[in-house]
Amino acid sequence: MSIPVPSGVQTGVAAEVLDPVAEVEATAVRGGLRRVRLGVLGWLSLVVVALAAVLAVVGPFVRPFDPDLSDLSFAYVGPYGSHLLGFDGQGRDLFSRLLVGARTTFLGAAFVAVVAVAVGSALAVTAAWFGGRVDRVVSAGLDVVFAFPGILLAVVAAAVFGAGLLSAGLALAVAYSPYVARVLRSAALRERAMAYVAALEVQGFGAWRLCLRHLLPNISGLVVAQGTILFGFAMVDLAAISFLGLGVQSPQADWGVMVSEGKTGLLQGYPMESLTAVLCIVVVVSAVSFLGDRLESAGKQAHR
Amino acid sequence: MLRFLLRRGAMLVATLLVASFAVYGALDLAPGSPIAALTGGRTPSPEVLAELNARYHLDDPFLVRYWNWLTAAVTGDLGQSIPLRENVSTLIGQRIGVTASLVALTSLIIVVGGVGLGLLGALRKGAVDTGVVLVSTVSAAMPSFAAAVVLQFLFGVRLGWLPVLGTGTGFADSLKHLVLPSLALAATSVALVTRVTRTAVREELDKEHVQTAVSRGLPWSSVVRRHVLRNAAIPITTVVGLTVASLIALSAVVETAFGLNGLGAYLVQAALNKDFAVVQGISLVLVVAFVVTNLLVDLAYALLDPRVALGSRAS
Repeated sequence: MSIPVPSGVQTGVAAEVLDPVAEVEATAVRGGLRRVRLGVLGWLSLVVVALAAVLAVVGPFVRPFDPDLSDLSFAYVGPYGSHLLGFDGQGRDLFSRLLVGARTTFLGAAFVAVVAVAVGSALAVTAAWFGGRVDRVVSAGLDVVFAFPGILLAVVAAAVFGAGLLSAGLALAVAYSPYVARVLRSAALRERAMAYVAALEVQGFGAWRLCLRHLLPNISGLVVAQGTILFGFAMVDLAAISFLGLGVQSPQADWGVMVSEGKTGLLQGYPMESLTAVLCIVVVVSAVSFLGDRLESAGKQAHR
Repeated sequence: MLRFLLRRGAMLVATLLVASFAVYGALDLAPGSPIAALTGGRTPSPEVLAELNARYHLDDPFLVRYWNWLTAAVTGDLGQSIPLRENVSTLIGQRIGVTASLVALTSLIIVVGGVGLGLLGALRKGAVDTGVVLVSTVSAAMPSFAAAVVLQFLFGVRLGWLPVLGTGTGFADSLKHLVLPSLALAATSVALVTRVTRTAVREELDKEHVQTAVSRGLPWSSVVRRHVLRNAAIPITTVVGLTVASLIALSAVVETAFGLNGLGAYLVQAALNKDFAVVQGISLVLVVAFVVTNLLVDLAYALLDPRVALGSRAS
């Protein structure tokens, strides 16, 4: 006779019957994310990131001027009337371009982080679930991808598929996924060995359902932490790739492109465009990486 | 130790084989024929096309071409740049010195600056330590291209102390042209090494064997050198190695920012111009450099901590 288990039952309940110790551990892991202490800097970082996220969505609608409207007679003119930051080298309103530029910078990085985490956690859970030969093959494959630094892969991708945000983003996602996979694999292996997994397996739960509904949620703290950390890396690397001319293409407004476009002016003594774009990137990236650090140490503590 | 070396060596060769296949294959799949770049968009006559295909062996099957490319690459011949009609190895040879000296100078800054600052912060508590934390926090947030722009503005445009563009001629001048680029490239890594050093030394200082050494009356400097640094060296070496390896690809950004005539900047140009032979060649060189650096880190790790080589798995 099999024990009927309602589909909504969480792992802890199923495991409790068999092994109270495993139950305690499982809750500790699951609760990991809820116990993050942010502190003042953490809240500040959260506000910065939230602001950038909002800007990425509404930026193009709240900009005071057309970011692409150029009037060469205003080139490099400083703050002037309602033009809060003045103009860039082609006489376009700088503040509007910064607002609009948040979109590609932020959403591009989010895309990279989401794809890398999805691919990385799928690989990690597959390797941990099947173990043995599958694990060895996946790990060897990851080692090969490790041999390609993200920027190099993005340059090759630009040569193959043409320069653009999509090819740069995909290349970075591929280059980052081994980092996610390596961290999550060891966590998934630990979960795999826990009694609740064996208990559910014995009860006839399918591998898919077990992995998606029980195993992955239990390492979700680490998944989110990895995603946040990669999001920060992706912002920097995407901006660098756009700076090289291989990512977002000029004249589109993007913080990385603006740093590069503003360089001509900077060398002539008009640093406004480059430096404001650098400031935006540095502030948002610092906030993201601070949050990532906090989430990671909280996740690690939960997994200890 | 020998088994460890053999296993790592085999892994290195396997990784390089797959990586070279990926690099060659990816660019081979790219749309557009290399001949198109050569004829400038005009449609060549069938005879000319056949002649060009034969000259660059474009008719051979993929695996044959890959094998020929790989075996030639091992002997140092990376094929020809079709648009430039020049040997890729020659093109690389002209530029590898700039990149190598950039990476070398940057590594020096990272090791001296990072370990020095980290030690300072760990050993001198109070104001000095706060200063170290502050400096490392600011520079950790500086991606290389951002640092490049800020340094160019401060030291080039505002103060006029150092050149901001170009490679320079002669030893002293070239070195001068490398100062700002290597500082820009080092910014993030110095911060990372500083943090790891500071934490590792702090942790080591709190350990009992250090207190024992102090209470036995050993001089402080020798306690720090023999008992603290010796153990702290393991995490420090790892992070230094990893960051130095990451510089190899990042050099492209800094070289472009400062107009240095190095491999990375040239790789970017070749990618934009679809000069595939050059992209393949430089990518291969960079991947080899990256993988070999990582191997050296692992070896250093095994030398510093014999348990690594004895254990079954190093990674």
